[in-house]
Amino acid sequence: MDTFAALAHGMAIAVQPMNLLYALIGVFLGTAVGVLPGIGPALTVALLLPVTYKLDPGGSLIMFAGIYYGGMYGGSTTAILINTPGESASMATALEGYKMAKAGRGGPALATSAIGSFVAGTIATIGLAFLSPYLVDIAVRFGPEDYFALMCVAFVTVSATFGDSPVRGLTSLFIGLTLGLVGIDKLTGQARLAFGVPELLDGVEVTTLAVGLFAVGEALYVASRRHHTEEKIEAVKGSLWMTREDWKRSWKPWLRGTAFGFPIGALPAGGAEIPTFLSYSTEKRLTKYPEQFGKGAIEGVAGPEAANNASAAGTLVPLLTLGLPTSATAAMMLAGFQQYGLNPGPLLFAERPDLVWGLIASLFIANTMLLVLNLPLVGLWVRLLKIPTPWLYAGILVFATMGTIAAKPSVVELSMLAGFGVLGFLMRRFDFPIAPVVVGLILGPIAESQLRRALAISLGDPMTLLQSPISATLLVVALIALIAPFILKGLGRFKANED
Amino acid sequence: MTTESAGAEPPSRGIDKAGIVIAGLLAAVALVLVYDANQIPATTMYGMGPQVMPVVIAIGLGILALANLIDAVRGNLPPRESADPVAVLLILAGLALLIAIIGFGGGFILATTALFVTTSAAFGRRDFVTDLVIGAVLTTLIYLAFDRLLTLSLPAGPLERLL
Repeated sequence: MDTFAALAHGMAIAVQPMNLLYALIGVFLGTAVGVLPGIGPALTVALLLPVTYKLDPGGSLIMFAGIYYGGMYGGSTTAILINTPGESASMATALEGYKMAKAGRGGPALATSAIGSFVAGTIATIGLAFLSPYLVDIAVRFGPEDYFALMCVAFVTVSATFGDSPVRGLTSLFIGLTLGLVGIDKLTGQARLAFGVPELLDGVEVTTLAVGLFAVGEALYVASRRHHTEEKIEAVKGSLWMTREDWKRSWKPWLRGTAFGFPIGALPAGGAEIPTFLSYSTEKRLTKYPEQFGKGAIEGVAGPEAANNASAAGTLVPLLTLGLPTSATAAMMLAGFQQYGLNPGPLLFAERPDLVWGLIASLFIANTMLLVLNLPLVGLWVRLLKIPTPWLYAGILVFATMGTIAAKPSVVELSMLAGFGVLGFLMRRFDFPIAPVVVGLILGPIAESQLRRALAISLGDPMTLLQSPISATLLVVALIALIAPFILKGLGRFKANED
Repeated sequence: MTTESAGAEPPSRGIDKAGIVIAGLLAAVALVLVYDANQIPATTMYGMGPQVMPVVIAIGLGILALANLIDAVRGNLPPRESADPVAVLLILAGLALLIAIIGFGGGFILATTALFVTTSAAFGRRDFVTDLVIGAVLTTLIYLAFDRLLTLSLPAGPLERLL
């Protein structure tokens, strides 16, 4: 299909007044929730899923587009003003952004982050629109064994390759895979890990898991160590606007950040962490003002913020074309699709082009709305940050449980929510990453059914995995990605011994 | 929850007891998986049946339990600060209250207000009356917005029927 025609058609859908309103509500709610300390974009999407239960799929996905970008923008506001990045992707922003806010340059820091996000988001969404049809063409040639191999790559890269500890990352992934087994097996109707509890036959809800791990777990963790931390909000002093100098120092980092963020996000490698830190270190190296780094250099905000947003749009490429979520936020978006029985992938492009292209077009609109809305509304967001911590977390928990109560008001489901909260607390305390659990839960069952389909076609011969060149290549990539961190760690130890 | 001195322990020293518990839990989950997989009646079909994947994941968990055990024995776990058990227990008590109230038909407002008050107490507030009023107003507004405006069905109890 001609991308321009498809995109124009999507635009026509997205600018219908009702859909514009959905996008506006999404952007507003996404920012308002995302700005709360400790709430990252994945949790923002999970918390706001119930709001969209009653909408039609089109409107709901358009609202998601707004929530997705809004949550991201809210996260960077928090990172800049109170140095509490809601997620690892905002950590690089907090480094320089908080210093700028302390030095009374919070306004320009927020402005360069908003405009950088807009530039990066727009370029990356154009990339998404033009890259997707090609990937869809490739994806339709994928057999089940190729899909399985691709998911193996995603499993490994999300959990082992880029984290602090491959062992802890893989442990998280396997907890997620275990949870994914719960319920009725789709191919044979046999119950697994249900222990005779009827509520478990439907499996573990992704939203219950995500809200439990992220919201309840975070509340428990912050409460458990509230004596150790003191948050201080930096007031936005001085002008909100960037000076000519700020613009001159920002535009190149925006473009470089986009160049890092989009390709890395689009690869099934997961996470916006790498591109943001790559961008940060690049800007640090290229800047004309190295003495300002660590004290509030605007390049250190502009680059990572652009990289963050570009990679967020990038992760939508594997999500929409292959149905492959590579971050916790993308996993939540996939859950949003699934609640309407929609499975992203090449088929969705063929069957519901209006939906897919409407969503892509909405990303442009959400991005523009954020730029127009958020700088003037920054005072409102700052006021949200001033809610006293006890009420803030009490409110977050009320809202978090409300989602579960609305979806399934059963004692079992709520107990699971509480249980996942305890799990999330322990994982935070012992430094296990959380995203691999969510990705494992949502991707595990899909990977299993692809593998079983492949083996059924080959009459049970496992060599089918190696006979398809695509699958063989991908499995080798997965193996390298699995072994590499261990070898690199060994090398590091070797070097450390030599010193 | 174990109690440690506040972040004083440098990494790579001594055996980490909590780490050994984690390894033990992972091994236990692996055993449950294998046990559960054996309960599934074997169905003859081409390829793999529903009992294969649980066993594969159990093997993975077993290996990871071992790896976690090695990390724990070497003391390779990241350092952690002391935790306040009272705060954690208060929030868990709030969740238990919420589940009980929903279970016995007490309704959304009562249940979530209880959670609101206990959570804010966990964060150090002692002014229960104020928190009770704020919680009740907030949850009533949420109830009205979601149940009446967005027509999600939230469980109704005595308070909801008055609205």
